[in-house]
This record gives sequence, structure tokens and C-alpha cells, in this order.
Amino acid sequence: MMRIKEHPILDFSKERKIIRFTFNGQEVYGYEGDTIASALSALGVKEFSVSIKHKRPRGFYCAIGNCSSCHMIVDGVPNVKTCITLLKEGMKVETQTNKGELYDLK
Amino acid sequence: MILNRDLVIIGAGPSGLCAAKMAAEAGQKVLLIDRNPQLGGQLIKQTHMFFGSEKQYAKTRGFDIAKKLIDDVKKYPDLVEIWDNSTVVGLYSDKVLTVLTGETYRKVQAKAIIVATGASEKVLAFENNDLPGIYGAGAVQTLMNVYGVKPGEKIVMVGSGNIGLIVSYQLMQAGVKVLAVIEAAKVIGGYKVHASKLRRLGVDIITSCTIKKAIGKDKVEKIVTVRLNEKWEEIPGTEKEYEVDAVCIAVGLSPLTNLLAMIGCELKYVGELGGLVPVLSKDYETTIEGVYACGDASGIEEASSAMVEGYITGLAAAKKLGKVHPQYDELMVDLRKQLDILRSGPFGEKIRKGLAKLEGVKEVC
Ligand SMILES: Cc1cc2nc3c(=O)[nH]c(=O)nc-3n(C[C@H](O)[C@H](O)[C@H](O)COP(=O)(O)OP(=O)(O)OC[C@H]3O[C@@H](n4cnc5c(N)ncnc54)[C@H](O)[C@@H]3O)c2cc1C
Ligand code: FES
Repeated sequence: MMRIKEHPILDFSKERKIIRFTFNGQEVYGYEGDTIASALSALGVKEFSVSIKHKRPRGFYCAIGNCSSCHMIVDGVPNVKTCITLLKEGMKVETQTNKGELYDLK
Repeated sequence: MILNRDLVIIGAGPSGLCAAKMAAEAGQKVLLIDRNPQLGGQLIKQTHMFFGSEKQYAKTRGFDIAKKLIDDVKKYPDLVEIWDNSTVVGLYSDKVLTVLTGETYRKVQAKAIIVATGASEKVLAFENNDLPGIYGAGAVQTLMNVYGVKPGEKIVMVGSGNIGLIVSYQLMQAGVKVLAVIEAAKVIGGYKVHASKLRRLGVDIITSCTIKKAIGKDKVEKIVTVRLNEKWEEIPGTEKEYEVDAVCIAVGLSPLTNLLAMIGCELKYVGELGGLVPVLSKDYETTIEGVYACGDASGIEEASSAMVEGYITGLAAAKKLGKVHPQYDELMVDLRKQLDILRSGPFGEKIRKGLAKLEGVKEVC
């Protein structure tokens, strides 16, 4: 587990609500306030997508929405910037392996 | 449908927040847009106390400054409308903005616009630099200090500017082992106090050294560093291997000017300010009337100057729309003086040089 438990300045000890979601079909969980990227990182997941042409593994890079390195398929929608998207109960998160396919708007 | 707004501010970091506050104080209605779920820009991840002067909250921790600036803006609920989780994806010359909030796409017609989008972290070219586990230093700071998650257990920091040094220290505070800080230049880039703090914790800061390649299958597992000679050439035989599960890249920031480029205002390359920057009047107006830029988006400096620039820009943009702050003249004089003070001294030299290159177009101190 990559969660920080003790910190000299910040307090991470507060109980937070557990948020359940699936990652490539597997049931996992993060906490309220997590982004998808932070929840996955806490689980030790580093690979979020593969590059479009050479299919090389990709993780996040900037964590503030600038670089598009963290794109994943979330609830069927491709190219979601997971570093600035908050985790929600029941989300379906998948590794993205292409440039994204058209989907039906809900 | 197109929504009509008077003053739209893009980015709610220190600069955008200060601009919003001043404009509201002058009686101007503002729409403040930020793509992050939390307002405050880079400040929300900064757990260290700030340098600078009292007026820009020196000796206060970054995230506490963010809270203060957000409170300042929330004092004007009738004037300041806030859209968070919203990315401005387009900016057009007739001052129309397109904004994406989740799946909702909105068009806004503005009368004046302030671009305070901040900066993006630079990347570094080396073999396998795209492996997962190789992160921008600011990203690691966000992951740790905002979300409470460690990026790895063993890390090497590339770059010894203030960001590299501060984030290294914060990694140690979070319980991550920093194996080394490497720096290609002959001298450490950041403030001596930050470097000394790290050295006291036993972290090696190695100058004239760079990263040659990263090794790993699906994620970074090892890196190879190499020493550099006077001409910044690799010295054969000085390669060294480190076993790591993450690498931090802290080689500087460049202004986020893509929206400014899209709307077509004049940009100029000024290395000292981080790259392409908008040409500005002394009131921070770009070459397009009614479009302003301030903070890191107009040249990389620091939070203190980003705040002061934000105040000036907020005052000027409100005035343009007919709302003149009751203390407009006094405030402008005082704020410009604050900027001069912030940029005096040896560490302001680079900024002064950079601004001079914009030759009287941007305010030169
Ligand atoms: C590790 C570190 C340590 C630092 N230490 C200090 C220090 O000790 N003292 C000091 O004075 N400064 C320090 N700084 C610098 C300071 O944080 C920045 O200079 C400052 O945050 C710049 O403010 P800004 O408002 O211009 O940009 P930012 O804080 O980057 O804010 C920009 C905002 O714009 C938003 N945005 C961008 N594009 C869009 C878009 N298209 N649509 C919607 N929103 C958008 C972003 O989400 C962000 O919230 C430090 C920086 C770092 C990274
Ligand atoms: S990591 Fe850069 S956009 Fe998400």
C-alpha cells in the first residue's frame, strides 16, 4: 500500500469513506477525495494506457491536467484525464489501448 | 446557446484568485474557471513555508495561502461565479470561450478575459523517458501532499532547482527514500537553505551529472546516470546504476500559453521567462484588446509575483469594463513597487533580464 500514514505537517489519519470501483474488471477501492489516478497509484498501478503507435506502457506525468499521459476509459468513455477526475462509487476504469472509440452520449 | 459574461478569468491559482478578488472589490462581476476539483493552483500542494515579504504571506505554508485567497474571493458570492472541474478548451478572437465540464460543453461570450493558466512541467529527453514511474516533480508533490499517496519507495530526483530540492525534502517527509539529487550544471540551482536541509538528512546532491537512460519492462526499475564535463559532454566510464521505482523530473516549467496562441496574441520566446510568453502592456494586456495574462502564464516566476500581477490585472481589467476601484491609483503604485522589490536582488536577475528582452512592452523594472 502506497498511502502515507504518518506525516510531520499533513494529517492523513482521518477516516475517509471507502469508494469502490473496478479496474479492468477487478473490484478495488479508493477513498473519498481521491482522483482515479491517485487511487490507482495507491494500489501500486502505474500503467494507465499504452501509446497509440508503438503500444508502449504509459503512466501519468503531470497530475494537473496538462499532458494527457493519464488517459483511460472510464464508464465506457475514452480519453478521460484520470489525474483530475474524482473517483466515484461504482466507476468502471479500464486501461486504454487505442486512441479511443466513439461512444454514445448518455 | 451562448452565455454572456463580463470578465472571465481562466485559472484559479494564486494569480487568477487575486485578479478575481481585486476585480470584485472594484464592483466587477467575474466568472472564474478552473479545471481542477480544487481551487488554488500549485499552492494546494505546497506544504513548505514561503519566502518573500509579509504582504505575500511569507512564512505561511502554501496550502494555507491558498485557503486565504479562496476565502477572499468567496466574500463576493454575488459578484464571483465559480466553475470548477471545468476546462477551457477553446478561446476565439471574438472573445468566445468554450468550456468542458464533464460531458457538458458550454459557450461563453466574454467582454474581457484574463488568462492565468500557470505553467507546465518540462520533460527531459533520455532513453525510455516514457516509462511509467517517471514523473514530473510537481506531479509527485500533488500525489503526496494533496492525495496522501507515495509515488514509490526509492527515487532519484533529476534537477536541483528549488522545485527539485523542495520536493526531495517533501518526499523524505512522506517516508520515501531519495537516493540522490542529480544536476547537470556545475552548481546547485536552488536556494542554499533547501540544499543544506537535504544534505543534513544525508541526501547526495551530485552536480555535473545527468540521467542517461531508464531501464524497465512495464515500469521504471533502474536508471543509469553519467557525469558531464565542462562542455556538458558525457564522460565515458562514469556511468552509475540506481535501483528505483520512481524518478522525478524537475528541469523547469514553461508558461502555459496555448490558449493565448489560439486567440492569436503576439508571443515572444524569452528563455529567462521559461519559453514563449505573451507580449504585454504595463497593465498586463496582451496585443489583443481586453485580453490579459498574468502569473506563470506570462513568464515563470513565483507565487508572490503571480499574486501581485493578479491584483494589478484584476484592477486594470475591471477599469476597462468601467468599474474603477476607489483606490485604483494608490493600489497600482503600491503593487508595482511590490513587484520591483520582489525582483530586486540576485535571484531576480534572471527575471529582470527576461523582462528587459520584452523591451518596454512588458513592464520592465
Ligand atoms: C514545488 C514548488 C515550490 C514552489 N515554491 C515557491 C515558494 O516558496 N515561493 C513562491 O513564491 N513560489 C513558489 N512556487 C511557485 C508558485 O507555486 C507558482 O509560481 C504559482 O503557483 C503560479 O501561480 P499561477 O496562478 O500563475 O499558476 P498556477 O498556480 O499554476 O494556477 C493555474 C491554474 O490554472 C488552471 N488552468 C490551467 N489551464 C486551464 C484551462 N485550460 N482551463 C481551466 N483551468 C486551467 C490550473 O488548473 C491551475 O489551477 C513553487 C512552485 C512549485 C511547483
Ligand atoms: S497526468 Fe498529465 S494530464 Fe493527467
